[in-house]
Amino acid sequence: MAQELVNPVLGKDLIGLEELTREQITAILDTAETFKEISERPVRKVPYLRGRTVVNAFFENSTRTRVSFEFAEKRMGADTVSISTTGSSVQKGETLVDTARNLEAMRIDMVVIRHASSGAARFLAERIESSVINAGDGKHEHPTQGLLDLLTIRDHRGPLEGLKVCICGDVLHSRVARSNIHGLKRLGAEVAVCGPMTLMPPDVGDLGVRWFNRIEAAIEWADVLNVLRLQLERMKAGFIPSLREYNRVFGVTRARVEAAPRDLLILHPGPMNRGVEIDSDVADGPHSVILQQVTNGVAVRMAVLYLLSGGPATEGGDA
Amino acid sequence: MSRLLIRGGRVVDPSQGIDAVLDVLIDGGKIARVGEGIESSDAETMDASGLVVAPGLIDVHVHLREPGGEHKETIASGARAAAAGGFTAVVAMPNTDPPIDSPATVGYVKAAGLRAGGARVFPSGCITLGQKGEQLTEIGELMAAGAVCITDDGRPVMNAGLLRMALEYAQSFDLPVALHEEELTLSRGGAMNEGIIATRLGLTGIPNAAEDVMIARDLMLAELTGGRLHIQHVATRGGVDLIRAAKAKGVRVTAEGSPHHFTLTDEAVGWYNTNAKMNPPLRSAADRDAVRQGVADGTLDVIATDHAPHHYDEKEQAFEDAPNGIVGLETAVGLAYTELVATGLIGLAEMIERMSCAPARAMNLDRAADGRPPLGSLREGSAGDVTLLDPMLEWTVDPAGFLSLSRNTPFGGRKLRCRAVRTIIGGTTAWQSSA
Repeated sequence: MAQELVNPVLGKDLIGLEELTREQITAILDTAETFKEISERPVRKVPYLRGRTVVNAFFENSTRTRVSFEFAEKRMGADTVSISTTGSSVQKGETLVDTARNLEAMRIDMVVIRHASSGAARFLAERIESSVINAGDGKHEHPTQGLLDLLTIRDHRGPLEGLKVCICGDVLHSRVARSNIHGLKRLGAEVAVCGPMTLMPPDVGDLGVRWFNRIEAAIEWADVLNVLRLQLERMKAGFIPSLREYNRVFGVTRARVEAAPRDLLILHPGPMNRGVEIDSDVADGPHSVILQQVTNGVAVRMAVLYLLSGGPATEGGDA
Repeated sequence: MSRLLIRGGRVVDPSQGIDAVLDVLIDGGKIARVGEGIESSDAETMDASGLVVAPGLIDVHVHLREPGGEHKETIASGARAAAAGGFTAVVAMPNTDPPIDSPATVGYVKAAGLRAGGARVFPSGCITLGQKGEQLTEIGELMAAGAVCITDDGRPVMNAGLLRMALEYAQSFDLPVALHEEELTLSRGGAMNEGIIATRLGLTGIPNAAEDVMIARDLMLAELTGGRLHIQHVATRGGVDLIRAAKAKGVRVTAEGSPHHFTLTDEAVGWYNTNAKMNPPLRSAADRDAVRQGVADGTLDVIATDHAPHHYDEKEQAFEDAPNGIVGLETAVGLAYTELVATGLIGLAEMIERMSCAPARAMNLDRAADGRPPLGSLREGSAGDVTLLDPMLEWTVDPAGFLSLSRNTPFGGRKLRCRAVRTIIGGTTAWQSSA
């Protein structure tokens, strides 16, 4: 059964953007483009995944990603089940591999997995025949978030070739950053990261990105800023001295955005810490496309589900 | 006890500077004679032509998991695996459950080792109670019960003042203090080497400095106290340099290089291969080369495996959740020969020095004790512990064939040269190749 599900464009799973070619990424984005319209219909439902079963296995807290996947699945007509850490067998000590085998034994088609451990999605994909979609694994990748960021940037700026995108903030702990770096570079964008060295991964330059230690310099350089959430526990762990200082030195403030030499596009994967990494008047201002990212998230996830379930790529997908 | 005459092998005994085709006679469990044309009409005779006859190999760093982890390894299974790897003696680490921190638990390991029927098992004891790093164990009592060194292996001793006391107190008994070197606030629970591979995989990396800082600190404490320091599983180029400099200054320090650290780099982690997860982690090519060089020039006196068995379902987890360590007893000889001798980095005599004579000295096993003759030498009166190696034998690592209860190795399928074909302990064959 699983064999016929394998899509020639995407393969069996979506684990990360690092493994995808430019053509594969473009195929997903083009397919997502055609699915945007479904969410605008009075009856937001198509039968492409009718009869398919999808399990949303969220072993780590998530609201927006889980809800976005559930909407995508339901709008495609799939049967869905959601399991979460709280009350799940995982909390009772069941191993990930046992969870996987049990899910498989229930004859499902796809698993959407969010897990606190880097590599968990790949681990699952290597052990079950069902398609696995990574909804965020530890600090590794969050490919659908990366794809929706790419789609949103493309909507506003056209082809990404030569575009300068700076990812700002806690890159060290961010799976979004890794997916963005791989995806943006694959599509030909120039990528930079900005933030204190304590929040930068070692050897990040070897991923082909440049590093700004001053937000003003990043804004001077960039066409697009993707501002990452700064987590409070990072401060307690000593990665930064205080949230106040972070905002003053690295925050994306209105004054800094207005001083930019170009019309900046500002993204944020959410949830935001207003007044820390981004000020409210920027988040809600004319440069922000944050809510459109959320809308695009559903279309991207519909496209991924569709392609992994055997649906053809749209014309743009030339792989 | 019977007599055994090993005829016509290439006897390599660095403790006496011997490398020649000779006969070895074992009588009453001890080496009786090494020489040419030995005749003994009532001895069992074996032809060792084409083989290397070495003093029994000694691994000063193995985890036998008993008590508490018998599903991974028992003292008996570990002792048999050791013999199959060519080892005639091993030092068992004390990070069991419960930890070996009392004379009673040391006595348990010693007694179980005597019953095991494989390699000789020497217990080690904890430096601190429960390995909590708070209070010293009864070090003298542990030694009296049979401990050959003290170590909190698996964990560092973070409290420098307490370690100073351990180094000073253990000197009363000339007992080595063996240390796992890791500054925990720098390693931050990391899962692999810090570098581009960890960055790509989204894993927290352990910087070299986590190891180097502690090695530097502890070399200073050894210098301050005059204590006997033994640094375990050195994995960084900085660590090798620090130890080399300290030795030049006369600090009493011995150190280990592990086969996996002189063979592999962090690239072996690939896409989250948990069989390449260990602590200290596999590091860069420069670090691997420094460990090789350290073994070659004797900065790292000892080759030790850090044999760390884990049940397959414990390794069958997401990388960050899997335990550290690989099994090593049955691949050590092949890796040491293939990576160090066959590449011309060291001679066979140096390999045997690092795997027999030096480990015996590091753990005081080169001296007679408790009615046991000295180990690590074929000198007359030494224990009749002999490892017969076939340096021409080419073989492929097959974890399914291990005598260890565990199979967690990154070396499955690897082609190696040289293997132990017979392991003789106290004049009795403990293991013999069926090939």
